[in-house]
This record gives sequence, C-alpha cells and structure tokens, in this order.
Amino acid sequence: MVAFIVSAIRLGMTFLFGSTGETITEKSGHLNLGIPGVMCVGASCGCFAEYLYLTAAKRSVEPILAVLIPILATLLGGALMGLIYSFLTVTLRCNQNVTGLTLTTFGVGVSDFMIAKTGAIYSKGSKYFTAALPFADDLGWFGKIFFSHGILIYLAIAIALISSFVLSKTRIGLNLRSVGENPATADAAGINVARYRYMATCIGCAIAGLGGLSFVMDYLHGNWEYCIDAIGWLAIALVIFTVWKPNLGIIGSIVFGALYIASSYITGVSFASKELFKMLPYIVTIVVLIFTSIRDKKENQPPQSLGLPYFREER
Amino acid sequence: MDKTAAIELKNITKTFGSVVANKQVSLSVNRGEILSILGENGSGKTTLMNMISGIYFPDEGEIFINGEEAVIASPKDAFQYKIGMIHQHFKLVDVFSATENIVLGLEEKGRYNLKEAEQKVHAICEQYGFELDPHKKIYTMSVSEKQTVEIVKVLYRGADILILDEPTAVLTPIEIRKLFSVLRKMREDGKAIIIITHKLNEVMEISDRVSVLRKGEYIGTVNTAETDEAELTEMMVGKKISLNIHRSEPKNPTPRLEVHHINCSNREGVKMLDDVSFTAQAGEILGIAGIAGSGQRELLEAIAGLQKLDSGAVLYNNPQTGKMDNLCSKTPLQIRELGVRLSFVPEDRLGMGLVGNMDIVDNMMLRSYSKGKSMFLERKAPRDLAEHIIDELEVVTPNANTPVRRLSGGNVQKVLVGREIAAAPTVLMAAYPVRGLDINSSYTIYNLLNEQKENGVAVIFVGEDLDVLLELCDRILVIGSGHVTGVVDARTATKEEIGLLMTKTTVAEKGERS
Amino acid sequence: MAGMGKTKHSRIHIVKREALPWYYRVGVRALAIVAALIVTAVVIMLLTHKNPIQVYISMLKGAFGTELRIWSLLQNIAILLCISLAVTPAFKMRFWNCGAEGQVLVGCLATTAVMMFLGDSLPLPLLWTVMLIAAVGAGIVWALLPAVTKSLWNTNETLFTLMMNYVATQLVAFFLKTFVKNGSGVLPPMPEYGLPRLLNKDYLLNIVIVVVLTVLVYIYLKYTKQGYEIAVVGESENTARYIGINVRKVVIRTLVVSGALCGVAGLLLVGGTNHTISTTTVDGRGFTAIMVSWLAKFDPLYMVLTTFLIVFLDRGTQQVATDFRMPNALSDIVTGIILLFIIGCEFFLQYKIVSAKAGKENA
Repeated sequence: MVAFIVSAIRLGMTFLFGSTGETITEKSGHLNLGIPGVMCVGASCGCFAEYLYLTAAKRSVEPILAVLIPILATLLGGALMGLIYSFLTVTLRCNQNVTGLTLTTFGVGVSDFMIAKTGAIYSKGSKYFTAALPFADDLGWFGKIFFSHGILIYLAIAIALISSFVLSKTRIGLNLRSVGENPATADAAGINVARYRYMATCIGCAIAGLGGLSFVMDYLHGNWEYCIDAIGWLAIALVIFTVWKPNLGIIGSIVFGALYIASSYITGVSFASKELFKMLPYIVTIVVLIFTSIRDKKENQPPQSLGLPYFREER
Repeated sequence: MDKTAAIELKNITKTFGSVVANKQVSLSVNRGEILSILGENGSGKTTLMNMISGIYFPDEGEIFINGEEAVIASPKDAFQYKIGMIHQHFKLVDVFSATENIVLGLEEKGRYNLKEAEQKVHAICEQYGFELDPHKKIYTMSVSEKQTVEIVKVLYRGADILILDEPTAVLTPIEIRKLFSVLRKMREDGKAIIIITHKLNEVMEISDRVSVLRKGEYIGTVNTAETDEAELTEMMVGKKISLNIHRSEPKNPTPRLEVHHINCSNREGVKMLDDVSFTAQAGEILGIAGIAGSGQRELLEAIAGLQKLDSGAVLYNNPQTGKMDNLCSKTPLQIRELGVRLSFVPEDRLGMGLVGNMDIVDNMMLRSYSKGKSMFLERKAPRDLAEHIIDELEVVTPNANTPVRRLSGGNVQKVLVGREIAAAPTVLMAAYPVRGLDINSSYTIYNLLNEQKENGVAVIFVGEDLDVLLELCDRILVIGSGHVTGVVDARTATKEEIGLLMTKTTVAEKGERS
Repeated sequence: MAGMGKTKHSRIHIVKREALPWYYRVGVRALAIVAALIVTAVVIMLLTHKNPIQVYISMLKGAFGTELRIWSLLQNIAILLCISLAVTPAFKMRFWNCGAEGQVLVGCLATTAVMMFLGDSLPLPLLWTVMLIAAVGAGIVWALLPAVTKSLWNTNETLFTLMMNYVATQLVAFFLKTFVKNGSGVLPPMPEYGLPRLLNKDYLLNIVIVVVLTVLVYIYLKYTKQGYEIAVVGESENTARYIGINVRKVVIRTLVVSGALCGVAGLLLVGGTNHTISTTTVDGRGFTAIMVSWLAKFDPLYMVLTTFLIVFLDRGTQQVATDFRMPNALSDIVTGIILLFIIGCEFFLQYKIVSAKAGKENA
C-alpha cells in the first residue's frame, strides 16, 4: 500500500508539472495543444544537458550541479517552445490548435530522436534526482510517503502552490486571468495582452518541460525507452479535471497517478484489464468536463476566451 | 467659486474619412456641475466623448483641463487627467468580483491587497450612496449593479471628471432615480459630470446646463432652468429639411400584420418590449421611430420568429387563405411553411443578413436554398438573381462571385435588400436600411421600398433620420423604452412632435395607451 | 505631461489585406517551403555533416526511388487524405474535432474485430460489408458523443475529442491483451480477410476509394444543401438562426459524416493495408490531418496538395534517416519545422504591416 502511494505520488507529480504549466498558459487564453511536445523537448534538453555534464565531469560529479544543470536546460527548452508558440499565435496570429499540434509533432520527433540516439543511458544521472531525504527511512511509512522522494517531486508541489498563490492572490494573477477571460476588457484597463500571453505561455511551457524531465529521470529512473507524449495529454486532461486550479492539481495529479497505476497493485486484475484501468483518467476527465458544462457554474468553466485570438479592433 | 472650467473643449473637429463626426464643437463643464449632452443618434456625442477619454484624437481644436492645455492620446492619458468614462457597453470580467474588476489593471504601489481595496470600495459606496456588494461576481449582477461597478471603478481611480454615455438606457425607473441621487451627491462633492442622453425629462431633471449637438455640429448650450422640453427638441431636431422623396397615396390599405400586446425581455431580464400593439397595413409604409435600443430590433425579430416572446400575439392576415395565422412562438422555418412571405432586412447586415465570406450568388441562396426535394443546391436561379440585382441596382462589384465582405456598405445593402425583395414578400421589414449609405444608394433604397408599397406589400421601416421618416412613410409608430408612445400621420406630423414622443419614457400619465 | 502619451502609440500597424492574386499566394507559400527546406537542410547538416544536395537527393529517392516506394507514397497519401477529408466538414463548421485519431482507431478496432471473429463464418463480400458497417458505426459513435454534448450543453469539443483519443487507444490495448492468445500483444496480420486487391496491386483499392471520397466530399461541401448549411453555421450562427437553420441538428449531422469518414479511414488502414491493429496504427495522422485540412483552407482539392507535401516530407526524411544512419524520428522533426514555417507564412497572406502615419484615426 505504501509503495502504491509512493508510486502514485511520483507519477502524479510529473503530471502536476504539466498541468500547472498548462493551467498558467490557459489562464492567458492560450489552449496550447503543444504541451506533449513541450514536455518531450523539456525532457530531451534536460537529459542531454545531464549527459554532457556527466561526460564532462567524469568522476568528480557535483550532485547539486548534476541536478541543477538539467533543470535549467529543461526550463530553457520549454520556454523556447513557448516562445515559438506565442510568436506564431500572438504575433503572426496563427490558429492555436494547429500551431500546438505542430509543436507536438516536432517535440515528439525531438524526443524520439534522443531516445534512438542516446537511449536508456540516463540511469547514472537519475540517481541524483531520486535521492531521498536522509531521514526518510527513519520515519517508517510516514517517511516513505512524505520524505522519500527526489527533489523534482517537491519542486512540483512548490510550483503548484506558488502558481496557485500568484493566480489568485496577486495583481499579476488578476491581470493574467482577465487576459484569458476577456482580453478586450484587459486591454481597456491598460493591460498589455500580448505581453501577458507571451509571458504566461513561456513560463507555463518551461514548467511543463520539467514534467518531462521528472518522468524520465525520476519515474523511469533514467530508462528512457518510449515516447512520453502520453503524459502530456494526461496533463491537459488534468487541467480540466482540476477545473483550472493548480492547488487542486496536487490532489488531482495524485489521483491520476493512482488511477494510472492502480491496476498493478490490485490483486486479481487480469493483464488485459490493466489497460482499461489506464483509461480511467480520461473517462473521469470526460465526466468532469460534461458535468461542469451541464452545471454551467461560471467559476469552473474554461477561461472564457480560451483558444480565441485577440487583436485590437481593426478599424 | 473657482471660475476655471474643469474641462473645456475649443473648436474640436474630427473626421472619419469623408464623414465629419464633429465640427467645431466647443463646450465646458465646471466643477460641481452636471452637463447634459443632447442629440439624436449620429449627432456625434459619443465621438466627442471618446476624444475626451483618449480613444480618438481630435483632428483640430484644443482641450483644456483646469485651464491648462492637455494632450489626451490614450485612455491612460485620460486617466492621468482624472477623467473617467462609463461606457454604454460595460467592460467587465464576468467571473471576477466587483472589487477585482475595480482594481484590474491598476499599478498601485505596495502589496496587492484585496481586503484594503474592498474597504476603499466600501468607503466610496458609503460616500455617494451606492449599493454594492464588493464580493459579488459580475455574472450574478443586474445591469444596474454592473453600471455601479463601472462608476465605482472610475471613482476608485480618483476621477473627478466623469462622463456617462447613455447611463439610463438600460435602467428601470427606480434604478434611474437611484443613479440620479448618486450623481447629485457627486456634484455636491465637486465632481464635473457629463451625461449623454436622449431623454428630455431626464435632462430637465438632472442637469444644470445642456449642450446640444446636431449632425456633428454644436448648436448651443442653455441653462436647464431657463429652458423647456419644446425648446430643446427644436434645437435637437432642427428645422425640417425637404428631401424630395417620392411618396404615393396608399391604395386601399388593408391590415396585414397585427401585433397584439407583445412583451419580451433580453438575456439580462430587462424588459425590451412592453405591451406593444400595432397594425401594419398592406400598401403602406409604416415607419418606426425611436431612440436606438428602444426595442426596435426586438420588435422586428419577434415578428420574424427570432425572438422569444413572454406574451402577446403576432397575427398575419393571409391574403391567400383569408385566415389569420399566429406567428408567435414559431421558428422562421415554420413561418415560411405557413406560406407567410416575410422579408427582413436586419440591422446587422454582414453578421446576420448576409455571410461576409460567401459570394453574392451564395448569399442569394440564403433564404431559398432549402426549396425543393433535391439534396443538391440549385445555383442557376440564384446566379440569375445575383446578375439581375447587380444590373438593376447598379451594385459595384467585379462579378457575382465576389465575397460580399469586399463590397462597400451601400453595395452590401443593395444586395441584401435586393434579395429580400426578390422573394416577393407580403411583409417587408427593414431596420436602418440606409445607415452608412451615401445619398444615391439611400435613394435607391427608398425607391425600392416605395415600389414594394405600391405593389401592395406591408412595409415596416425602422429609421433614425426623422426627415426621412416623415417624407417616406405613411404612418409613424414611435416607441420609447419598449413602449409605444404614439402613432402619427407622417403627412401632418412635425419633427418636434415625434422628437417629444421619442424622448418620453412612459406613456401612462398622458393616457395615450387607449 | 503633454505629449507623453504620443510615444505609447505603436508605430507599426497591422491591417487585413485585400484579396491577393493567385500567383502571389502561391509564391509566398512556395517561399515558405523553400525557406523551411533550407532550415531543414541546415539542421540535417549539423546532425550528419553531409552535403545538403545529397540530403535532397536522398529525400527524392525515398519518395519516388522505386515503384514500391511510389506505391507506398500513394498509399500513405490516401490514408492521410481520407482522415483529412473526415475532419474537414466539422472544421468548416468551426467544430474543433481533434479526435480523428481516436475515431479512426475505433474504426480500425471494429474492422479488426469483425475480421477476427466473423472472418471464418462469413463469405468474403458479406464480411467486407460487415467490416464497413462496423467501422463506420464505431467512428460515428466516437464522433457523436462530443457533438451531442456540445449541442446540448456547449461542452468544449476540443478537450472532449482529445480525451476520446486515449480512451480509444486504451480500448485497443485492452483488446489486444485480451484476444491475442500468445500474450505478446502483437496481433498477426490476417491478409486472408483483407479487402480485395484491384489489378493485383496492394493499395490500389485504397487509392481509388479515397479519390472517389475526395470528389464526393468536395461535392458535398460545395454543391449540396447540407454542405451549404455547414458553411453558414461555420461563418455565422446568427445568420443561421436568421434563415431558420437548426444549428444543433447541423452540428450532429455533420459529426456523423465526420465520424463515418474516420471509420472508413480505419477500414482502409486495417482492411486494406495492415490487416492487423496496434495502438499506434493511426500514428498521429489524426492530428496531422487537422493541419492538412487547415492548410488547404478546408478545400478537399487543395488537400491533395498539402497531403502530398506532408507525406513526401515524411517519406523523404525517413530515407534520409536511413541513408545517413539517423533515427527515423528525424522525419517528425523536419515535418514539424516545415509546418511551422507554412503556418507562419499565412500571416503574410492575410495581413500587411504598415507604419502608422499621421493618420491617428487608424489607431
């Protein structure tokens, strides 16, 4: 049971990065369907940086650098993807869906390329990411559940909490939400809509990128053998599931993680039925989506101008 | 008292292309004063106010704030001069609370503190007597509450020159009374207030002085205490101008469409039509006059089957069967299936009447495409019709396959009116069919309407130019705030008479309802 | 303070263009493709240190090098085009159906199931008919759910259809693990139940069917009343209301068409090509189709061109990858880059940049 919870948390946190990033992006009115690609690119950049560092450092590896360098590279890679997306959708006014899907194609290509070229060689780097807090073992199951995780897990929670705070309790958050809800009003209030959309998308993509890194380095222990775009789509599902609230995302992501791996921990589930269990996160999301649209409670709806472009009226 | 005006405009001129929106307008407002700006639709009131609030920039003229010349090039500049504008269409975020909307976009120093902001909002409400729950979400608010948020928003930003663009258009009489009491308190507090309105009784009630605009020109300013509604109406509508629109005597008019006591409300629950009854006769043009937004659109859409009615009946006297059909609560399709040939030229030409991205031929089919059993479209007849309309109405277009979005306003309208007339209607409704059109196109439209009338069609013409209404129509139905305020004979009525009816908000006291 | 505000006005100003002559439109797009090809060559050069000319030759060889490759190219075009045709009616109506991937996959699944369970008991022509009905039915069900919730409660269709993709994927995974006896999860092909081969060519039937479908969809959208209604609803719901179109009915009917075509694509993929199924049978083509359709401005005839471009790039770069010992994923990267260029160039076709002159009323 403890092992199940620990696993669910570890998997859930990779979703959490993605969903927090996508929530921030969507709050600005951008429905970025490139998130799976962004997470792939994030993972690729981080892994590649780790590979370079470990190669360069040979035996004198600084654990802190071994974690920090890939994280920075991932953030950079993710932000760059966000920049491309924003440039195309805001500056060049392209269709958001088409741009996002193209970025996914591109990102999946990049990560597949990485897998094929460098394969599952990241387990060496992975141990720096999965290092638990030293006192975790002394605290029994409690320690296992709360303190046995690698740094990225705590980072995910921290980012989700900070994002939630920024979105609901700061002026920047207020402005950002107004951009996603009603850009014309935001514009009239003197808010630079384009700048907010650029910033939110780049920051959101950078965070989402970390999800890719976390999945490869933490959850897979560096054994990167298959494409990870599925976690991107789960992250998008999670945004809906948590009705665009990053703090709910912490619980939501653990629920998703649990649903995703539940089949392996329940005895008596056939090999085949496990696949049906993996369907659950999507089914649950669909139910939530339909349910919120029926209830039509304004607070739980997608940002009103999600997916819509905004240009100041042409006269 | 300080004699310098809070804001003074000198010889402001603004043109859009060849259209002069404001010509040499000068006016001023002092602190502790309410100035009404009065004028018909299209007289340039809103353009003028937009220049004060930084949305447009004047071509000529100067603006002085507190005696110093000011350059207002953006809404931000206006805000720095402590000018606050309350637009007719609210700019609010639905899912935000009142306070969140009020502080949105502010760049205050210090930490973001919603609690403090709420207290400040509360203080403003106390001071001026607003009733506002700072936590309430916009989407749960009534129109009047939303307006309160907008006003508090500009006060919160420290505005001491307030411009309200037709603030009473969307309010109930009780809400208007509340608004006025708030405005009076702000006046006592030394704010300079400009209120744009059409309603004479409100002008008389609330303002200290009245400035009148007509067709972009500044007519004059009078002290409210020294004037009356008749004088203001005359200033507003001006002398009658002869347009020489051809008008024939109606040939044996028979009732075609009878509207009985219809009521309807808009999405916000505001009553848009209140017990409206009238009869449109075949072989006659019935004009509908009224301030914009008094329920004209709802009325036409109700007849066309596009607007849900709360109560009432729309009866169609079918000349083929001689029976009366009730069109109420029927869809446009069902109405057509009844054999009712109802044509409708809506106000929103490219958003409703036509599809901008489709070519003229395809737009011809909009009304008729579903005829016949075949699953395929029949483009031959629409093409012929398109060619015919292009020839007959002199539509300027490269060919019939040009998307209508590329045509000029007048040509778009010819295409739309041409199509609606081609359906050989028995009732033809046209909402502002000459808005934005040049003189020649306008006369083409008048002639088309006249032709239809002579063919025995019941024509309903919603217009804004009183001169046109008086010369084109046979009878004029005047509506104000969703009520019928009178029906006049267009051959004998005067502009003043109609102007007064238009600006009246209620009919009860004058007993005209019988 | 005076004059301060003036600097805040942006000097650059974007306006919508008038219609451009066809050669201009073609020119800009060609330029974008050329620019993208150059960028691609640079990327490949950096990765392989090979002469770009060699790279291009390799691409051409990959697409057209042998008869087999040409057939394979055509077959891939056919499938992608079929899926693109499927999403087009929905897109034209501004219904963002991002679920073609799943709709095709359930079509594949239905076809496979019929082949597996009824293959022995039915005569071939009847089997094919049942396969068609099953595939089309499955596609329709998958498309109909989001359409119904959209028209009833305005449920966000983009998100709903996206989720349905993964439900379909897991369903296929479940199917494979349940019914593949040896437990490997790999279903051996069943060519004996496949669709007939025309003129003894493997993919000819697929190609013929898709050519016919292309023409049919073109006619449907352009010359039928239903197609006309789709266009009106897509352009303006207000106009649709004005002329008495029942918008809900049109949305649902159109998604039935969309789902049915996806089902056909599934049939062709399994019955006419692979004769088996895996979770990656559709291989992202449901998403690529969205781009194909959008780039062609929802015109089925132009879609032939855009499909060709994308498939050519894909096949070509796969050859480059093989020739220069690079991973196959290279083709996704290249396709991504080129698409980004083409998407970006649309801006220059629709808008022009003018510097704001004295005329302030434009601001």
